[in-house]
Amino acid sequence: MSGLKRTVFWTGVAALCAWVLVPIWLIGLGAFGGRTGVFRWPKSLWPGDASLAALQTFLAVEGVWPAMVNSIIAALTCMALSIGLGAPAGYALARFSFRGQNTYRLLILLTRAFPLAILALPLTVAFIRIGLYDTAFGVGLVHTALALPFAALVSASLFQAIPRELEEAAWVFGCSRWQAFRKVVLPLALPGIAAAAIFAFVISWNEVFAASVLSVKNRTLTAYLLTVLAESPLHFRFAGGFLLILPSLAFIFAVRKYLFAMWGIANR
Amino acid sequence: MKRTQSRALPYLLLAPSLVFLTAIFLLPLVQTIALSFSESGVASLGNYRRMVSDLNFGLALRNTFLLVLVVVPIQLALALGMSVMIEKIGRGRDLVLWVWTIPLGVSDLAAGLVWLAILQDRGYLNSALYGLGLIEGPTAWLTYETPGTLFLGVVLAEIWRATAIVLVILVAGLQLIPKEYREAAEVFGARPWTIFRRITLPLLKPSIQTALILRTVLAFEVFAVVYAIGGTNFPVLVGEAYTWQNANQNTGVAAAYAMLIVVISLAATAIYLRVLRVPAEQQP
Amino acid sequence: MAEITIDGIAKSFGATRALEQIDLTVADGEFVALLGPSGCGKTTLLRIIAGLESATSGRIVIGGRDLTEVPTRRRGLAMVFQNYAVFPHMNVYENVAFGLRMQGADEARIKARVGKATELLHITPYLDRYPAKLSGGQRQRVAVARALAVEPPVLLMDEPLSNLDALLRLEMRAELKAVLREARTTTIYVTHDQTEAMGLADRIAVMHGGRIEQIDRPTAVYERPATTFVGGFVGSPPMNFLPVTIANSRLELPGASLPAPQASGALLMGIRAEDLTPVADGEGLPFDIAVVEPLGAHDLVTGRSGQTLLRVAAPAGSGHKPGTRIGLKPDPKRLVWMDPASGRAIQAQ
Ligand SMILES: Nc1ncnc2c1ncn2[C@@H]1O[C@H](COP(=O)(O)OP(=O)(O)OP(=O)(O)O)[C@@H](O)[C@H]1O
Ligand SMILES: [Mg+2]
Repeated sequence: MSGLKRTVFWTGVAALCAWVLVPIWLIGLGAFGGRTGVFRWPKSLWPGDASLAALQTFLAVEGVWPAMVNSIIAALTCMALSIGLGAPAGYALARFSFRGQNTYRLLILLTRAFPLAILALPLTVAFIRIGLYDTAFGVGLVHTALALPFAALVSASLFQAIPRELEEAAWVFGCSRWQAFRKVVLPLALPGIAAAAIFAFVISWNEVFAASVLSVKNRTLTAYLLTVLAESPLHFRFAGGFLLILPSLAFIFAVRKYLFAMWGIANR
Repeated sequence: MKRTQSRALPYLLLAPSLVFLTAIFLLPLVQTIALSFSESGVASLGNYRRMVSDLNFGLALRNTFLLVLVVVPIQLALALGMSVMIEKIGRGRDLVLWVWTIPLGVSDLAAGLVWLAILQDRGYLNSALYGLGLIEGPTAWLTYETPGTLFLGVVLAEIWRATAIVLVILVAGLQLIPKEYREAAEVFGARPWTIFRRITLPLLKPSIQTALILRTVLAFEVFAVVYAIGGTNFPVLVGEAYTWQNANQNTGVAAAYAMLIVVISLAATAIYLRVLRVPAEQQP
Repeated sequence: MAEITIDGIAKSFGATRALEQIDLTVADGEFVALLGPSGCGKTTLLRIIAGLESATSGRIVIGGRDLTEVPTRRRGLAMVFQNYAVFPHMNVYENVAFGLRMQGADEARIKARVGKATELLHITPYLDRYPAKLSGGQRQRVAVARALAVEPPVLLMDEPLSNLDALLRLEMRAELKAVLREARTTTIYVTHDQTEAMGLADRIAVMHGGRIEQIDRPTAVYERPATTFVGGFVGSPPMNFLPVTIANSRLELPGASLPAPQASGALLMGIRAEDLTPVADGEGLPFDIAVVEPLGAHDLVTGRSGQTLLRVAAPAGSGHKPGTRIGLKPDPKRLVWMDPASGRAIQAQ
């Protein structure tokens, strides 16, 4: 690249990075600025009066802590279930050829074309009947429907990437099918599965619609924020938004190595 | 004994997920259809009639479509550009990729709040405009009276939040294309733009298709972003479903909205599958 | 004029040195084969000439034009990639036409050229097919046709016939040679296969560990290898190397006395299998036969002379038996002498 082209190129890269990062910085200012910060005019790009006090106030508001706990319960449920159900399915898809395999694959791919969260509407009735309505666990169940197809596809290709011969070698040396899986296959697939699990966590942590429809008192953080949005002051909203974003930064950082492998293979 | 066991094994492994998806995906789908076509237990089109005759229906339909039609093409173009840039970055590629994919983990609600912080009356945009002498003081952009700028705000937030997923799918797809194809084209005299158009783009078609399907289906579900930025000033389809369900306590009409969204999503998917089809023989 | 000058090219990938210091001039219209073992840097050199890889140092000059700053697409060359790089989303016709389209050729000319190239490579029946439905060898021929169709002044080929069956390879080799000679195309041709290199090339460059060990006419490379490596790599069976001790500028063998290039000391005597004549035991080099392989044209006899493994091409049906001892008489005119320390040939005075 020539000098000028190079400059233009890197300016573009920097601008796009700023496009992502600056808004996060700004909501951070909003979150730490508190009530006074919100009304300051004109605003400055530097944290003049930022303090932890604003966030502490937010966390002290009744309902915020329980909502966070609910969010975490729902996300952990979603994570455990989508891997617990999806990984075995992925293993079956990768290692066996059997009738109905393609039908199952199709069902999994089909879920992409449906607005899954919106299909939670009729679940309210069923959930009320079996006592899952208004529980974080129930919300986690619905979120699993979002994450499970992805987990199944990703683990299928993870297992496919591990040569069958490795497992067969373990059998030859006297391992049972389960032992061979646990001692040979699982350690190799684990990092990728962990990444898929984190992704399932994020999907649940961020979901709004189903969570709002399926709960009234035991709301997740997103659902809680959505309901109180209209009547809460701006700095309160910004603190909530910022707290929603914070874990995402860490999660995406944790899975960054697997992100592209996951999506590359989940495409096929 | 061993044989029957191993023949049953794949089905045993699939069964839990299948049962789960039946309970949480297929059954609710059927129930939604049933709910939308019945009023107090009697089959009727009443819910749909009420949905269509609602004041907000036309507006919500128009807004949702407008949003999808504006946002999705911009995201595709932007993500294509970014993925080509990523290919050219040597050192620092991982860092740039991480930064560019951060919004992938940001919820739509949070994204809406982020842009609210920027676009509100006393927000950073207005501060900047004031600094430049373009406005006199705090100005409202996100109200019922300013539908244009409200729409623009939602578009910005959606592009900010959801371009990352398209980017990830495209970068993953690019990594699957051996670099020799592009090199061969270059050896035979193709210019960078020609290579992009004649080699990269056609080979990337499967990824583009996946990205567009995912993104479009999700874009038709847009709700929390809009709600965070504009409240109820900018009705969209899922927002209406939410209102009918929670505020009006009328699951029937909400289900009718859900069915409408299902039908639109399926139609969009079918169109993409058809238009961006890659015949099996042309796949690498 | 498309003379290629490779001037002091070196290339490192991080800590790996792929090319040490390559100097090579290919005359206009000349056909040079690059021959060498896997991983010696052949593909890397081609990619540098094409501008797909930038050299760590050195320059490439084609037709008097320094190409260091010239992008690949303006270098005006064609290339056959080792892994073909046949575009999967274009049918055979479009693949072969690709280079011509990039030059903005009109449809009639494209049709004629594609017809000619595909006919030459026997792929006319598949013009409408997509690469996914072609065999490896057919795909490879599409890659060759794509390169030939543009009738480039400079053609780079990376093992272009490696995936064909023996018969087809022989046929393609002959046709390639004729076409390229007629068009006076300057060609650099990478191959593992030394018969291919010997048959096709005006000159052969033997590469080893990122260096060119020797560059010369095929017969010269075969008969007068510049290093023990070249002697061992070119020719089947490889050249025999026998450690000997010289006294009074002569090598004394039972029943034979050969002139040596130096007065005294240890040397390696290199000799081809067909230049050793079996004689009765007691004459020449003593030789204990271990294995006899009848190959049709001759018998390949493997055995030991002292500690050294030797291979001899004896006339077919000469009836040698494993476990017996015979004598071997080297042809004094076809000896090469190597320095045992450096492995380099010693020029006879
Ligand atoms: N992109 C690269 N990064 C690091 N090392 C490389 C790269 N390309 C080639 N090499 C190394 O450079 C050396 C030469 O490779 P090259 O591909 O030129 O060999 P070659 O002679 O073409 O071998 P073959 O006959 O097997 O095709 C090898 O040791 C290889 O490992
Ligand atoms: Mg090679």
